[in-house]
Parts: sequence; structure tokens; C-alpha cells
Amino acid sequence: MRVMLIDDSRTMRSIQRNILTQIGCSALEEAFDGQDALSKVNAFQPDLILCDWNMPVMDGIAFVRSYRAGGHRTPIIMVTTEAEKTRVIDAIKAGVNNYIIKPFTPESLSQRVRETLERARAA
Amino acid sequence: MDASTITPYIDSTRDVFRTMLGLPVTCGCPVHVRKVGAGDADVSGIIGMSGDVRGTVVLAFPMATAIGVVSRFAACSPDPESDDFADAVGELVNMISGAAKAKFDGRIVSISCPSVILGRGHRIQQMSDSIATRIPCGSECGPFAVEVAIRVAIPAVADVEARRLSA
Repeated sequence: MRVMLIDDSRTMRSIQRNILTQIGCSALEEAFDGQDALSKVNAFQPDLILCDWNMPVMDGIAFVRSYRAGGHRTPIIMVTTEAEKTRVIDAIKAGVNNYIIKPFTPESLSQRVRETLERARAA
Repeated sequence: MDASTITPYIDSTRDVFRTMLGLPVTCGCPVHVRKVGAGDADVSGIIGMSGDVRGTVVLAFPMATAIGVVSRFAACSPDPESDDFADAVGELVNMISGAAKAKFDGRIVSISCPSVILGRGHRIQQMSDSIATRIPCGSECGPFAVEVAIRVAIPAVADVEARRLSA
């Protein structure tokens, strides 16, 4: 499993990296905002993208819209503090496949990753 | 400031520390203070809120508590002078503010990217028209505080209805 992590916080990337490694992630690429992610994603070709919402320069929702506009179908999980229903709906409309709200436990993130990949395989 | 405005910050502080650090936190009785950031914190994580809830949220630590909390959160012992240390403090106040803002039902609120200030005796300038409240907190890592200086706008009934229909 190849996963791209997009978060402006090194601490959050590190926490997510540890969880993903424990559930069998074989390759990880990290980006610190949406623009950085766009510059790396095509070369990395991830199976899954975990993306924060609030980031400087290019936020997560702008990244998702731009990435989907290029015709890419890689599943995306939004990992964010944005918990309002309207935000979740905005994210899904933009092309996010799943959503997890910070703070999260290792178990809840692992579960969300598994169900997202299973849904993507079944589609 | 009424309890419904402060309770979201108490709940979110407990939730963030319990979930991300496995650290139970006790919150004491909130007290009004003249300003946020006027205490004796060595490390402050700061978030601005805008929209229907406007103001500042500060997560204020003595250095010893901050070192304990960051070590537990980041699962390592970053140098307090390092970018990683500030990053961890910023992410904690980000999660606390984000979780709290979701509890302001029916209001549109945005939060800024966090800033972190280190240094004994630092002070933070706040909006002059908001009332500051300090929530004293205790934990295994030591005492700290969440300080909130916000003003909650009361949206017009028509706005609330329009937002409800567009949601």
C-alpha cells in the first residue's frame, strides 16, 4: 500500500505515519500543503491519500478539487478538525471518499483506511 | 460569558488530551481574567477564530508541562527550541479549537493556522471588546490552562434559516 500524507503539521504526519506503518503501509510520501502534494502526487502514484483541510498556501479542499479535476480516482480520506456537517458535505462534493475528525485514535484511523480501501476495491 | 460558550472548550480539551495523548485532564472552574496570555506561561499556542465566533484561544503551558505533553504527543523528546516542539503545541491548540467550533451549532466559524510563542513573561494582545476566561487544567504532566477570549455574534433569524436550508 502506497500512501500520501498531506498535513502542515510534522507531528500529525509522524503520528499518522506510525499508524500506517503498523497496518502494512509499504511506501509513504509526505507533503506539507496542497501545492506541495500536487507537485509530488503524479510521480508517487499513491493507492490512498490522507489529507488535512486547514493548511497554508493551498488547503486540503483546493487540493482535492484540483486533483479530481485531473481525472484522478485515487481514494482520499480527509483528516481534519473540521467537524461541522456542512464541511463534511463540502468535502464529499469535492471528491473526498471518507472523513475522519481529529482527534482520532490509532484504531479509528486504521479502520477508516481499511474501509476506504475495501470500498475502492469493490467499486 | 455564559457556560454554553466555555463548555465546548472544556469538552474539547479533555477529548483531545485523552484521545491523542492518553492523558486524562481535569478542568477547574473557569474564571474571568482581564486578558488572555497575561499569566505566567512559558509556552503559548494561539488560534484566531473568525466568523460568527470571533476572538482568540490560547493553550498556555509552564515549560515543564509543555515538555511532558509534547513528549507524550510526539512520542519523542523534542528540544523546546526546535520547530517540532512548536509544531506539536500548535497542533494541540488547533485540535482543541477545531473540536470546540463544531459545537457552536448553526454558526459559521473559521479558525486560523496556529501560532506558538515561547519565552518567560510573554504577553498576548487580544481584541479589546471580548471577555477573557481562563480554564485551569491539571494533568499527570503538570498544570496548564486554556484561555478563551471570544465574542459570539447572534446571527439574524433569517440568516440562520437560510443557512439551515442550504446545509
